[in-house]
Amino acid sequence: MTVGSPALPPAARRILRHDRGELARTISAVENHDPRVLPTIRALYPHTGHALVVGIAGPLGVGKSSLINVILEHLRSLGKTVGVIGVDPSSPFSGGSVLGDRIRIDRPSKDDGVYFRSMASRGHAGGIAATTREVSRLLDAFGFNVVLVETVGSGQVDVEIRQVASTSVVVLVPHLGDEVQSLKAGLFEIADVFCVNKADLPGADGAARYLQEMAGLALRADGWRPKVVQASAVARSGIAQLWDAIEAHEAHLDSTGQRASAQRARLKAEIVELAREALVERWSDRLSRNAELGRLLDQVESRQVDPHTAADRLLRKLGSP
Amino acid sequence: MGRKKVETPVRVLIAKPGLDGHDRGAKIVARALRDAGMEVIYAGLRQTPEEIVQSARDEDVDLIGLSILSGAHMVLFPKVLKLLKSARGRSIPVFAGGIIPDEDARRLKRLGVKAIFGPGASLEEIILTARRIARPRA
Ligand SMILES: Nc1nc2c(ncn2[C@@H]2O[C@H](COP(=O)(O)OP(=O)(O)OP(=O)(O)O)[C@@H](O)[C@H]2O)c(=O)[nH]1
Ligand SMILES: [Mg+2]
Repeated sequence: MTVGSPALPPAARRILRHDRGELARTISAVENHDPRVLPTIRALYPHTGHALVVGIAGPLGVGKSSLINVILEHLRSLGKTVGVIGVDPSSPFSGGSVLGDRIRIDRPSKDDGVYFRSMASRGHAGGIAATTREVSRLLDAFGFNVVLVETVGSGQVDVEIRQVASTSVVVLVPHLGDEVQSLKAGLFEIADVFCVNKADLPGADGAARYLQEMAGLALRADGWRPKVVQASAVARSGIAQLWDAIEAHEAHLDSTGQRASAQRARLKAEIVELAREALVERWSDRLSRNAELGRLLDQVESRQVDPHTAADRLLRKLGSP
Repeated sequence: MGRKKVETPVRVLIAKPGLDGHDRGAKIVARALRDAGMEVIYAGLRQTPEEIVQSARDEDVDLIGLSILSGAHMVLFPKVLKLLKSARGRSIPVFAGGIIPDEDARRLKRLGVKAIFGPGASLEEIILTARRIARPRA
């Protein structure tokens, strides 16, 4: 399919022609699970797979957005265009959110080569929103060379970024003893690169040395030894080194053939997840509307039948999938 | 995506054009709108009209709230409204907060500012108005 192909839905055609307004509206439709966006998403999929997607994770306030701001400068000086997704948590009480990542970013409203989009997690756990991957694909299809995804930045490690990004950076700060403790296991599986930010403050050397040691001990199945870099978003130092470390991991993915296998694993997980969601949706309706449910409920209530047996019977009644 | 359409939160851009350095009021409004279930993109201080309009479009917001104390409102607001009009697509409603004399407030409303809140406005009032004037999702 080419850009001018009449078979493409108009919105898809406009996105491939770099229409930012259409991109912005399509992202909203994806976030809102608007079914009308599906033809666009489907038509754009063959146009994806070109962008380098990098995750920027790490605890609250370590400087993820500030780093992205200086990474943007670096990438723009290399002539690369960049789409950024900044994810922040939604309030479990109101469902609302204050999306504050954009405030750290100088460029997006002045530079055509940069697009920044704030996303609320909308109740999804794991550090990103349920639709972040799909939004990242839209930025890819639009033609951005690099897509940066800033995770929520909870106390825990934002594991799900690995489903979206081919390289993930975990940002930490000097005096991170407690933080590393609280992040615990998993940290070294998620971080392809550690960035000790705020290296303008004392203690960065020690923190980097500690992480280096830990990274040396971590045995990863992919044979990659996480790189450790120091940077300061405020002093604008260490940014080229940070980007080089990211590219070194990308080169490792290529030279070992792991890019293809990792991609395949991600896509498999995605397909299974989408099918599971559809299945659950289809069946939960049928289950809760089934006439047998009332009878079983009576028996469970009077303790003649236990809930597990009741669930089995209900499934058998429906001729479970 | 195949899932049922869920209720979609209103997206609001809160920004502070002009040169004054306080954003306490803007932050309080941002938090109140969050607590009312809205997604508030906080763009922060010293935003030019061009930046505000570009951010609003990129973030595809349903509403823009601008806070200003510096007295430059009669220059900045008309500029924002003009830029919004020249943009393609449905226009995004704007409300304002800050110290704005009555005469100016009347002129701004005539130019298209949907609501103006002085320092005495209650958060409830702001929330209700925001809900009412926000651009409905198609
Ligand atoms: N000293 C110093 N301060 C920094 C540096 N980078 C960021 N900060 C400050 O750290 C604070 C948080 O920065 P952000 O960039 O918002 O951090 P974040 O990780 O994106 O925060 P969340 O998105 O809220 O998790 C701000 O006050 C920054 O000015 C740095 O390199 N050195
Ligand atoms: Mg941030």
